[in-house]
Amino acid sequence: MPTVVLPRSLVALFPGAERHVAVEGSTVLGVIEALDARWPGVRDRLCGPGPALRPFINLYVDGAPADLTSPVGAGSTVHVLPAVAGG
Amino acid sequence: MQRLLLLVGTRKGAFIAEGDPARRSDPDAWRFRGPLCEGWPINCFRRNPATGTLYAGGASPWYGAAVWRSDDLGDTWTHSSVGLTYGDDGPAMRSVWQVLPAHGALYAGVEPAGLFRSLDGGVTWSHVEGLTSHPSRPTWAPGNGGLICHTILAHPADPARMWVGISAVGCFATEDGGATWEARNTGVRADYLPDPYPETGLCVHKMVLASGMPERLYQQNHCGQYRSDDAGRTWTSIEAGLPSSFGFPLVAHPRDPDTVFTIPLNGAEQGRFVPDARAAVWRSTDRGTTWTALRNGLPQSNAHVGVLRDAMATDGLEPFGLYFGTSTGQLYASADEGREWRRVGDLLPPIHSVATALVED
Repeated sequence: MPTVVLPRSLVALFPGAERHVAVEGSTVLGVIEALDARWPGVRDRLCGPGPALRPFINLYVDGAPADLTSPVGAGSTVHVLPAVAGG
Repeated sequence: MQRLLLLVGTRKGAFIAEGDPARRSDPDAWRFRGPLCEGWPINCFRRNPATGTLYAGGASPWYGAAVWRSDDLGDTWTHSSVGLTYGDDGPAMRSVWQVLPAHGALYAGVEPAGLFRSLDGGVTWSHVEGLTSHPSRPTWAPGNGGLICHTILAHPADPARMWVGISAVGCFATEDGGATWEARNTGVRADYLPDPYPETGLCVHKMVLASGMPERLYQQNHCGQYRSDDAGRTWTSIEAGLPSSFGFPLVAHPRDPDTVFTIPLNGAEQGRFVPDARAAVWRSTDRGTTWTALRNGLPQSNAHVGVLRDAMATDGLEPFGLYFGTSTGQLYASADEGREWRRVGDLLPPIHSVATALVED
């Protein structure tokens, strides 16, 4: 089962959420939807209409830049990272 | 015992200042909590007096727009954006700018401009499509600050009647619960357009309802100050006597329909500071016919500060307190309806909104 690593600022928005989570999914979007099933609202925080990834959220699968359609293997690690932005 | 809360929305989160109503202008009497809402930029922060719930609307640069709510006066929070969307084919929601409880429902004004309604206290939302279906919609274009539905007014007795203000577009009103809307901008000036009196394209900054007279509204516009006595169908200029026709905040007297407060700023292209760097709240007691500057206790030199559209409020007490927050993080309070002022907060992030709430222990 893939492992997702979530940023502190996202975990803070969902009481009970964890930074390292094992969820089912064969694509990044599938993994996000699995997270949303556990903590309703996570998908809205990461995705806008389309769905499309929010502009300042970066995704990596096994260390490589990824998008919502990127495949995710059973032993993959998916990193969700807020981009260097804001001010 | 009664406690007075100042609910302050800022660029870096929501803050609550808690104080004693009897010591409203004493800087030592206020205790601040924050930043709340995970430090998100918060454009509107208010309490629903019917339920006691706090609501804060805004958007995170990373995580998008949402409405936050707290049922324990800010100790714990949840957020939701369920239904706050124009759909997968529509534009992305940029921010929530206004949250208003009215007649058992909750309304949100958002960017890009639109109106949403919640019937479950902000857990889920639905789009009030009648507004964005107005025939003028293809002509709506953002101003420098964006295309924002920033003002929502509800008729105090008739839930079917509302008004909204949209930046760079104008005032709209509904009399059928939001199914259909009418542009109401006759008499409002757009100095930046070839036709200075178009049906839409007016940059309304703020509108308020006069107390006890819901057919009367006051408006602060990019180009002037106005009063309407026919529910917004026609507007009359009331800017004569003010140091500038530009400004943002506007607050109605809690009981006198002839009295209104505003803070003029020195012009859209001049920095948007208080005129001559001398801070003053201006009051009219005759429906905008004449104006008086209220300066006692406010800085009268080097005050290069502005005050945004929702950053001024009253507490409704007798006599009522008046409060405003600046773009540089100062919070001022008057316990005597504006006659004397004291700074009661400083070093806050830029202040977007100020509201008050009275709570009983």
